[in-house]
Amino acid sequence: MGIIESLRYFVPELILLGGAFLVFGTDLFVRNKKTVGELSLLILIVAACFCQMPAQPLKLFYDMFHLDAFAHFFRYFALIAVTLTLLISYSYKPLKGPYEGEFYGLFLFMAFALILVAGANNLLMIFLSVEFVSMISYLLVGFLKKDARSKEAAIKYLLFGSVASAIMLYGMSLLYGASGSLALPAVGNALFFAPFKSLAHIAVLFFFVGLGFKISMAPFHMWAPDVYEGAPTPVTAFLTVAPKALGFAVFMRVLSVVFMPSRAHWSVLLTALSILTMTLGNITALSQNNIKRFLAYSSIAQAGYILMGMAVFSNLGRQGVLVYLLAYLFTNLGAFAVVTLIGEQTGSDDLAAYAGLSERSPVTAAFLTVFLLSLAGIPPLAGFIGKYYVFAAAIQGKFITLTVVAAVNSVVAAYYYFRIVRLMYLTSASGPALPPAPRPLAIALGLMFAGVLLLGLFPGLFLSLIWR
Amino acid sequence: MASHILSWIVFTPLLGAFAVLFVPQRSTHLIKWITLSTTIVVFGLACVALGFFQASQGGFQMIERALWIPQFNVQYLLGTDGISFPMVFLTAIISLLACLGSFGIKEREKEYFFLYLLLETGMMGTFVALDLFLFYVFWEVVLVPMYFLIGIWGGPRREYAAIKFFLYTLAGSLFMLLGILGVYFAASPHTFDMTQLVGMTRGLWFQKVVFLAFFLGFAIKVPIFPFHTWLPDAHVEAPTPISVILAGVLLKMGTYGFFRFSYPLFPDAAVWFQPAMAVLAILGIVYGGFVALAQTDFKKMVAYSSVSHMGFVLLGLAAMNANGFRGAMLQMFTHGTITGGLFLLVGVLYDRAHSRDLNGFGGLGAQMPAYAGILTFFSLASLGLPAMSGFVSEFLVLLGSYQYSKVVTGLSTLGIILAATYLLYMVQRVLLGKLNPKWAALTDINFKEVLTLAPLMVLILAIGVYPRIILDYMIPTLDALLKIVKG
Repeated sequence: MGIIESLRYFVPELILLGGAFLVFGTDLFVRNKKTVGELSLLILIVAACFCQMPAQPLKLFYDMFHLDAFAHFFRYFALIAVTLTLLISYSYKPLKGPYEGEFYGLFLFMAFALILVAGANNLLMIFLSVEFVSMISYLLVGFLKKDARSKEAAIKYLLFGSVASAIMLYGMSLLYGASGSLALPAVGNALFFAPFKSLAHIAVLFFFVGLGFKISMAPFHMWAPDVYEGAPTPVTAFLTVAPKALGFAVFMRVLSVVFMPSRAHWSVLLTALSILTMTLGNITALSQNNIKRFLAYSSIAQAGYILMGMAVFSNLGRQGVLVYLLAYLFTNLGAFAVVTLIGEQTGSDDLAAYAGLSERSPVTAAFLTVFLLSLAGIPPLAGFIGKYYVFAAAIQGKFITLTVVAAVNSVVAAYYYFRIVRLMYLTSASGPALPPAPRPLAIALGLMFAGVLLLGLFPGLFLSLIWR
Repeated sequence: MASHILSWIVFTPLLGAFAVLFVPQRSTHLIKWITLSTTIVVFGLACVALGFFQASQGGFQMIERALWIPQFNVQYLLGTDGISFPMVFLTAIISLLACLGSFGIKEREKEYFFLYLLLETGMMGTFVALDLFLFYVFWEVVLVPMYFLIGIWGGPRREYAAIKFFLYTLAGSLFMLLGILGVYFAASPHTFDMTQLVGMTRGLWFQKVVFLAFFLGFAIKVPIFPFHTWLPDAHVEAPTPISVILAGVLLKMGTYGFFRFSYPLFPDAAVWFQPAMAVLAILGIVYGGFVALAQTDFKKMVAYSSVSHMGFVLLGLAAMNANGFRGAMLQMFTHGTITGGLFLLVGVLYDRAHSRDLNGFGGLGAQMPAYAGILTFFSLASLGLPAMSGFVSEFLVLLGSYQYSKVVTGLSTLGIILAATYLLYMVQRVLLGKLNPKWAALTDINFKEVLTLAPLMVLILAIGVYPRIILDYMIPTLDALLKIVKG
């Protein structure tokens, strides 16, 4: 499909792009940055309203951007994630200052970039859109210019990220050399034939590095804890969810379109990496004393569970990845929303700040408990549905070792999630009652809580959306 | 309402829990009365359901079916039969009595009673769910409130006990989940529906593996030796009413799982594992008995006696004949009433003396005559005195196991002798001898406490004298089960 024709189906993205510039423009003239934030929110909602599910897969921009049900799902995913993050960050004090407006504008760019990643169907497009996301991530991580830890995190992220991208780019060059094309389907066709089969085995490894970095897969996860700890909390919340999810999205697209014939090879490798990722994440999380680091390691472990679905890569496995990501979106973002709130109110991200939270702020404590239970995969919450799905896929694919290791890991994980629950409910309070949450954050919390419960109690509704 | 009676039984406590949530924290009286009336209503509903229950029918009754997750063919499927109905009834009674016993809770009442009702929903759901997925959900729902109930209102080592209970059970149930998934994918068409799964054939090797996966889940809950180590901790640290629930209902969830799922779904594996089950049963009975004998903590003694008594349930299961099954099923019910009562009695004493040290008491028989009488009653029931329900169930179990193996039966009778020893030794140390002057001020058991114990005593005597009042409900279902297992 040509450029002009494609624009018709590209309206939400154009709204986001135009909106981002509009926000940067208004930021110059408007003194009250709250208005800028509200404008960004409005733009996101308008963009979401224009999202339409295509009747059949569309090859936009000469098949650079493949708009199918898969991309459509992640379009909503990205918009929801950005919207919730904005709601969380409105009341985040360290952000207040002359640059607050730009923060919101960057998030609109981020939404745009994420959607590009979801639909990218061309090696070049993949590289550019993934880099686009990374660049904005670096900026957002280092957004608090006067905070040394934020700066350190940004530099670390940048260095790690550049290396990973460069390695992936090298893999892409191999593929291009073999097939003479950048379009994923063409590359896939070329690799199908005998002389290039072994090349596929090599090239997929390079993608593992580049995309493994994005999804914090072990052993490419080293950056995650430091970056998550140093970044402003709302940004951390966002980074643990959205770029990771889109990393999975593009990973799945590449694997299914390009590397499907060599599945037997990378499936074994992914199984091992999945085990490694969840085990490392869980074991390291056990001894953390900073809640952001704690959740960082937990999110690495969660990536390990999601990788189960990737390793199996059956129909059920791929659906499992999507369901898990959706559950994870509400759950992890929810947990971080509470962390943002408590960090603001107590001025500390130490676990100790959560002692006796059930007395100081019963509602917040209850919310965090539900989110942690969901992360631990206790029914009837969203996290359980995700876990159930990947377990089911693995059992169906007869990945018995993987499921047994995952089950044991889940028990370890439950132990450390309950460390926080224990602190909140079983120890006495260390300070006076906390004031209620600011309105936007409370709304975001409520939405995510509802999401966790609904997805857990009525998964059928969500599944029918994904299965379409 | 008649057609949705089971749903009402399961979700009335949840409604009550939400009602509690909306009551201000300070009005503790209102909270307590809401909870009590909820449990009374649930008990009433269970009685209504008893009226609907057709004892002569072996299959599932009062079935409620609705599609829940169409993509996985998961159904909201409730139903009851002679195996689950006694458990529902037991849960209703124990919850009601333990709720009365909870009125002494002095701190964070709102959270306590909210969690308490949530727990009741989970327990009821576990017993009536006939869809494996739904069953798993309810099974896990029980865990979380229990963690808090032990962890917040428990004794000095409550945090350790709570997390230990939680992790043990979670580990077991995760393997059960894997087993459930295995069953699901092996069935064609894929389904979690127990009414369909029972009739399907499965290979022996597959049965053995999945039986073990389910076994881990259930064995930890029962608990079967060597998975029992969470139990003494949880029991000792939990507040009295929660100990009662633990012993009275939660332990039964494990053996209920064998009856409901393991045996009918994997009959060949059950036959294959029969000797192993018998050995584990003996180990539990004898080991539990000996350890109970060595305890100086009153509550811990009762906890270990649970291990021993639950061993009899397992023995009946292992016997795999009519008498064994009947005895096991009956033992589940009677153990719930007897041991529940014993825990309540431990609580009565602890509330007054703030001590559970068996060696520190003595001579309380004269000081608290009514208490002494009731304690003796429950001790005798527990050690299996004829004309009380414990005798009937253990006798049936031994009768059944005798048909299976004389050696096994002979060794198990050791458990009965041990039970007599540790219980009478306890009675001696607490009630007889010289009164320790420290306890001269102890008051006798009061009316409210008697009220919580009296219904249990009535049940124990009634079943002991005329067991058919309950066996008649169980027998048709158990016979049908036996037919499936024996092919």
